[in-house]
Amino acid sequence: MQWEIVIGLETHAQLSTRSKIFSGAATAFGAAPNVQACAVDIALPGVLPVLNGAAVEKAIRFGLAVGGQVSRRSVFARKNYFYPDLPKGYQISQYELPIVVGGSIAIRVGDAEKTVRLTRAHLEEDAGKSLHEDFHGMTGIDLNRAGTPLLEIVSEPDLRSASEAVAYAKALHSLVRWIGICDGNMQEGSFRCDANVSVRPKGSDTLGTRCEIKNLNSFRFLEHAINFEARRQIEILEDGGRIELETRLYDPDRDETRSMRSKEEAHDYRYFPDPDLLPLEVSEAWIEEVRRSLPELPEAKRARYVAEYGLPAYDAAMLTASQEMAVFFEDTLKHLPGEPKLVANWLMGELSAWLNRSGLELAASPIRPAQLAGLLARVKDLTLSGKMAKEVFEAMMAGEGEADAIIAARGLKQISDTGAIEKIVDEVLAANPKSVEEFRAGKENAFNSLVGQVMKATRGKANPQQVNEILKRKLGG
Amino acid sequence: MLNASLKELAARLSAGKLSSVDLTGEFLKRIKALNPRLNAFITVDEAASLAEARAADALRAAGRATPLTGIPIAWKDIFCTRGWLTTCGSKILSNFVSPYDAHVVERLKAAGTVSLGKTNMDEFAMGSSNETSFYGPVKNPWDERAVPGGSSGGSAAAVAARLAPAATGTDTGGSIRQPAALCGISGIKPTYGVVSRYGMIAFASSLDQGGPMAKSAEDLAWLLNAMAGFDQRDSTSLNREPEDDGRDLERPLTGLRIGLPREYFAEGLAADVAKAVDVAIAECRKLGATTVEVSLPKTRLSVPAYYVLAPAEASSNLARFDGVRYGYRAPRYSDLMDMYRKTRAEGFGAEVKRRILIGTYVLSHGYYDAYYLQAQKLRRLIADDFRKAFEACDVIMGPTSPTTAFNLGERTADPVQMYLSDIYTIAVNLAGLPGMSIPCGFGDKGRPVGLQIVGNYFAEAKMLNVAHRYQKATDWHLRLPPNI
Repeated sequence: MQWEIVIGLETHAQLSTRSKIFSGAATAFGAAPNVQACAVDIALPGVLPVLNGAAVEKAIRFGLAVGGQVSRRSVFARKNYFYPDLPKGYQISQYELPIVVGGSIAIRVGDAEKTVRLTRAHLEEDAGKSLHEDFHGMTGIDLNRAGTPLLEIVSEPDLRSASEAVAYAKALHSLVRWIGICDGNMQEGSFRCDANVSVRPKGSDTLGTRCEIKNLNSFRFLEHAINFEARRQIEILEDGGRIELETRLYDPDRDETRSMRSKEEAHDYRYFPDPDLLPLEVSEAWIEEVRRSLPELPEAKRARYVAEYGLPAYDAAMLTASQEMAVFFEDTLKHLPGEPKLVANWLMGELSAWLNRSGLELAASPIRPAQLAGLLARVKDLTLSGKMAKEVFEAMMAGEGEADAIIAARGLKQISDTGAIEKIVDEVLAANPKSVEEFRAGKENAFNSLVGQVMKATRGKANPQQVNEILKRKLGG
Repeated sequence: MLNASLKELAARLSAGKLSSVDLTGEFLKRIKALNPRLNAFITVDEAASLAEARAADALRAAGRATPLTGIPIAWKDIFCTRGWLTTCGSKILSNFVSPYDAHVVERLKAAGTVSLGKTNMDEFAMGSSNETSFYGPVKNPWDERAVPGGSSGGSAAAVAARLAPAATGTDTGGSIRQPAALCGISGIKPTYGVVSRYGMIAFASSLDQGGPMAKSAEDLAWLLNAMAGFDQRDSTSLNREPEDDGRDLERPLTGLRIGLPREYFAEGLAADVAKAVDVAIAECRKLGATTVEVSLPKTRLSVPAYYVLAPAEASSNLARFDGVRYGYRAPRYSDLMDMYRKTRAEGFGAEVKRRILIGTYVLSHGYYDAYYLQAQKLRRLIADDFRKAFEACDVIMGPTSPTTAFNLGERTADPVQMYLSDIYTIAVNLAGLPGMSIPCGFGDKGRPVGLQIVGNYFAEAKMLNVAHRYQKATDWHLRLPPNI
């Protein structure tokens, strides 16, 4: 039987506010345990939550960026359960009335484009951390993270493969950084996904029983966990078994998912509106103010790159995959107006490949847009051939300085002087009568051999296009 | 001095005829003598109180006194008070010393009041007789066989027995008004949102409201002015212009329309209470007020609505008492679940457990719509009743409680009977309205009867005006318990 995988993601993005969502304590990562937990965070008797407006503003930014509906009125609810790192015995979250409803994210897998629908996005607080090491059989509790603002972004079950899920998670990751609401640091847990995975016979339109895989904090884990889980479910079904609704954990060391709790053990969270917080009212004026403060969004940029710069859709998509990329592209173009395709090619080609090989992010690139433009300017004015440009590029990445300095130091100037090239061509023709004869007898290869000889004679510095033209003229004439 | 009003005490302090140390010492002496009988206080710390009194005297000497500077007051043990044990009447907080002051405590301290101690109360304010306290029941100063009412029973008994000139209380379903009535003192629950809940240990957040308990309406006005005010740490605190709730105290009652809800004078009301309340209303007419019958038909639904909503909120509010970070933790346990189970089983009393169970049940999947949502709808209907009634009257009057103080142990076996002692007070909390109780006579057993006055939203000044004029014409509020 052919199976179809159906995936929906729940993503927790930590909102980059200075203080917590319901208290004035700081949110900075890495402090000593419990020094960033105030009376409200540790849930002393009598304390009360007060909503941080900055967290709301960031949720509104997200809602507008994904084309969702920003609720004029949303409600905080209590999600009740006992856990040592949940100080109040309940988490303040949004349940029936979330701040953002709907919206969508565009993704690309290979050449295929797809729109993933969002169900909702809601504000909530993070829990603390249980520390199981170094406590001699006891558990330590660190409440620094308790009360950190989160935006939980829930997708519809629109994803059909692990690679689509990864593409979606990456697009979302790029967007939340793009609009400045989350630092996207996955190691520190600022951006993590839960995947709801089910399988069904291809062609079926009813959903299979799903399993939820918790806390996937890297794209690779997300991909592996989904692939493992889908295989596991398919095997069970093909053996005539049944999938149990359950929550599972991914173990990266063994590359497998394991049952965490079954439906029977599932909590009844007893949600109800938090009486300590009034319903959250967001005015039209506030929404408009936030809208005006949004940067140009990836979708708009992509369309503009095609319309304004005449770039292929593929290039436009690649260049808008992250804000850093788009900014790098636009800054380079500022130094080199009129050459969007040249800039795009180098950014997506040489520079990306080099960074990939070095395991670096664009932000850590040894050259900045001005330097890249300096190099491309020499390509544009034919000072450098493509091959020479790559050599200069490597030298720049190795820290040898600006393009012009490297060109001068290495004597890499391309020979574009027609007279000079003609002279060399004449010498090569005179020295290779056999090749000339073969060419005239119809052997195309002989022409390439003559080009090679000219390039060799100029140590690669002759403009290849000019060499071609002159050779053709001389041989044909 | 026992019957001296706050105004009189303030005048004597201000004139230098009395020091706060002497005044505080006098009350500490009375507490020492009478508290063993009444059990009104959970915590008394003479040294700490006297230190505060000395500081108050120093402030006065330095010319930085406010009218309340040096006046001792008792705190219901639900208010977090820095450096003091704050138990909420529960074993689970029996070792909790608060590291911070509640907003109300901050404000009154800033005005210069001196802490006399922490008063006994029903555990987590859940009770109408003070019998659910981990620290044992409080005795009614008028008759030590009787309960003082609850949950602010310790505060009510302390003021009635003149162990404190005034005290603070909280009122979720009648917890200021009912004990005030049963102990023959005055108490006011302000409009929801007028007094900050920050630092007041939560029972049912949407109903809880702090307020003063004292000998007279005039004293209440003084204290309420000091307690009320916007607090940005409480999102349900109302950001309004401060007002003087004592501004209309002396206004004549001529033309005042008093609404008498038919349902408050019906079956279930004890004859001796009805009689005292009728006489009090007649007195108000003599003072120039007119009366009009109004109807609050949904009152009978307020007890069931309340016993869904309050336990629902409580079940969640009390989840933080888990033995992990502070408070009582069971001494022996095998794992995390066992620690939770034993800590909460040993730390909470029976009534608290009953309400946690009810609350957990009504919020459970499949029951939420049938209970919680229905109760919320009733709550709106109850508020509508009052809205309509206030179209025809300025204040509503009636009995605070259907009976005078009942005997200790009399209702502990029958929770529903116990819950019904709040039938006239609960609807006021559900609607968020202000309500107060003042003494208006005695019942057959010589136990006090309370007159309830309910006002429209933010009508505290008017209610205090009515109460004050009544108290100028009567002396019920100045009567002292015979054996005290």
